[in-house]
Amino acid sequence: MTTGAGTPPRETQPTDPSGPEPKTPVRDRSGGKQLTRAQRDARAGRLLLSPTLLVVLVVVVVPIVWSILLAFQDLRLIDLRRRGLFGEFSLENIADVFTSSGFWEGLRTTLLFSVVGTIGSIGIGLAAALALRKPFRGRTFVRASMLLPYVAPVVAVAFVWQTMLSPQFGIVNHVGREWLGWDDPIAFLSQRSADVSLFGLQVSVPVALLTVMAFEAWRYFPFAFLFLTARLQAVPGELEEAATVDGATPTQRFRHVLLPQLLPVIALLSVLRFIFTFNEFDDIFLLTGGAAGTEVVSVRVYNLLTDRGDIGGAAAQALVLALVLVVFLIVYFKFFAKRVEEV
Amino acid sequence: MTQETLVEPTGSSTAPAPRRWNRDLVETRVLGVLRWVVIVVLVLATVFPFYYMVVLSLRSLDEVLQRPGLLWPAELDFTTYVEVLASAASGGQGFLVFLRNSAVIALLTVAVTLVVAIPGSYAISRLHFRGRRQVSALFLAVYLFPAILLAVPLFVFFSAIGLRGSIVGLLVVYVAQTVPISIYMLRNYFETVPVSLEEAAAMDGATRRQIILKVSLPLAMPAVVSNALYVFMIAWNEFLFALLFLAEDRERWTVSLGLSQLAGSIEIPTTVLMAGSVLLTIPIVIIFFFTERLLVEGLTAGAEKG
Repeated sequence: MTTGAGTPPRETQPTDPSGPEPKTPVRDRSGGKQLTRAQRDARAGRLLLSPTLLVVLVVVVVPIVWSILLAFQDLRLIDLRRRGLFGEFSLENIADVFTSSGFWEGLRTTLLFSVVGTIGSIGIGLAAALALRKPFRGRTFVRASMLLPYVAPVVAVAFVWQTMLSPQFGIVNHVGREWLGWDDPIAFLSQRSADVSLFGLQVSVPVALLTVMAFEAWRYFPFAFLFLTARLQAVPGELEEAATVDGATPTQRFRHVLLPQLLPVIALLSVLRFIFTFNEFDDIFLLTGGAAGTEVVSVRVYNLLTDRGDIGGAAAQALVLALVLVVFLIVYFKFFAKRVEEV
Repeated sequence: MTQETLVEPTGSSTAPAPRRWNRDLVETRVLGVLRWVVIVVLVLATVFPFYYMVVLSLRSLDEVLQRPGLLWPAELDFTTYVEVLASAASGGQGFLVFLRNSAVIALLTVAVTLVVAIPGSYAISRLHFRGRRQVSALFLAVYLFPAILLAVPLFVFFSAIGLRGSIVGLLVVYVAQTVPISIYMLRNYFETVPVSLEEAAAMDGATRRQIILKVSLPLAMPAVVSNALYVFMIAWNEFLFALLFLAEDRERWTVSLGLSQLAGSIEIPTTVLMAGSVLLTIPIVIIFFFTERLLVEGLTAGAEKG
């Protein structure tokens, strides 16, 4: 799940409807015991929250713990019925993860994909937010259409991209050959690398990886656009007016007035987008299936699980992926804690 | 950014006499043009793929192969939609069944998520109890964790107990994935409901349950609706868990899963599947355009504060 509100929950003090006299003992109807209002509230709170907690514990926390156990077992899908859920424990899977070349390759791809995807989506989002800042006729429509890639079903948009980029009848290759003078169609999604001469230098370009990065930036720039637009609207107009009066040019106003205001949001977006891109599975799986040098770790985990039925290996890879992510989460919480102190 | 944009040719009535060609003027002019370039490019980049999707769904494959550059249907060909919707038994692709499956799963997810998340978010926003902060942190962590890490044990577990392939299993997973975000969206809203209203109800002798149902919930209705739509969109669009749980039984495929499973096949013309992706996308686009403001407000609540 890669959608949603990025700002972390605000920690506000809960407000108690019975605020003024919280200690007044009230007769509890169920038990007849003397309970304070605060105690009854606490009890009600736990009760109201328990269904949520139950679902999250059963479907999220328990599986994560179990996945740690699985990572240390040599378990295959075909053995499942016979052997039950718990087998002998060994470090073999973890060792395999670190010694297999595929994992390091996958981790490198994942990092590259995440960094470029994050920068791309935030960069485009920023350009869009700035361009749509001043009102113009049709802005409402333009703004809504900016969000289309983000809300549309990923399977549908990935399929359209595949079709548009198709070497046989895709519109991109058609335009490329008719108008841009390409000699041969480019297999955007299945070609690992291509040599491009740039100022007389032969450079090898990872074609498929760049294509999925472009898709990622395209699909998620609306997320950055939304948050940056919301922040831009909150920038007080006087700041820029004052700068204009002082003779600041538009780029100077952006650099010295707007950018400092936007930086906290950009920093937050960078962390969030990085995490989500790092976890990304759908986009790459649907576009290339992990072929042609685009196999990020999560796609690798899926392939291990379903193609080879190697449960232990898949769990171990997923676990290492999550651990790498935890490092980023710690950075995130540190960053967030700092923000709260500032406010 | 711009003092004199191209849209306002008559903007300044007190047009200044010959200006000096200074940096400010150059930047203003250049950025004024650049702004429109950015807007046009972005609109093309975001809208064109969807336009292309619709056009291709209305053409026959032969015609597309002959004239790949044609950007409008030569003649409207709705047979693709007939073929994609018809059941597999009658020679179609069975998307009608997939649409039904998707709708059932998405609606059930919305219902269960709301039943679970409304009390939960109320508790987090209004009631003080130990462990409240930790619960919030847990939900945030759930939201940020890689789905693939959950996929392995859930796949194994549901395989072992025979729930894989059942809609109930998928439903539970969807609810767990959408509850944290729902709690976040709803609790922000509950916090804006004035405490004094609840106090007044409490003075009149209303119980906690009555306060929630009669006072807070009706006031939070906009947030509940936008959250319900958002959850619907997540469940409708979801792919990974549908793939893991339902892939084996074609009768249970969702639209997303069906489209992805059939996309690799050479026998099915791309234009027929394009009709399938139009059917998959349309409900979301309709919901989105009718409720854009509501959704955006719900999502970016708190973003202004950075």
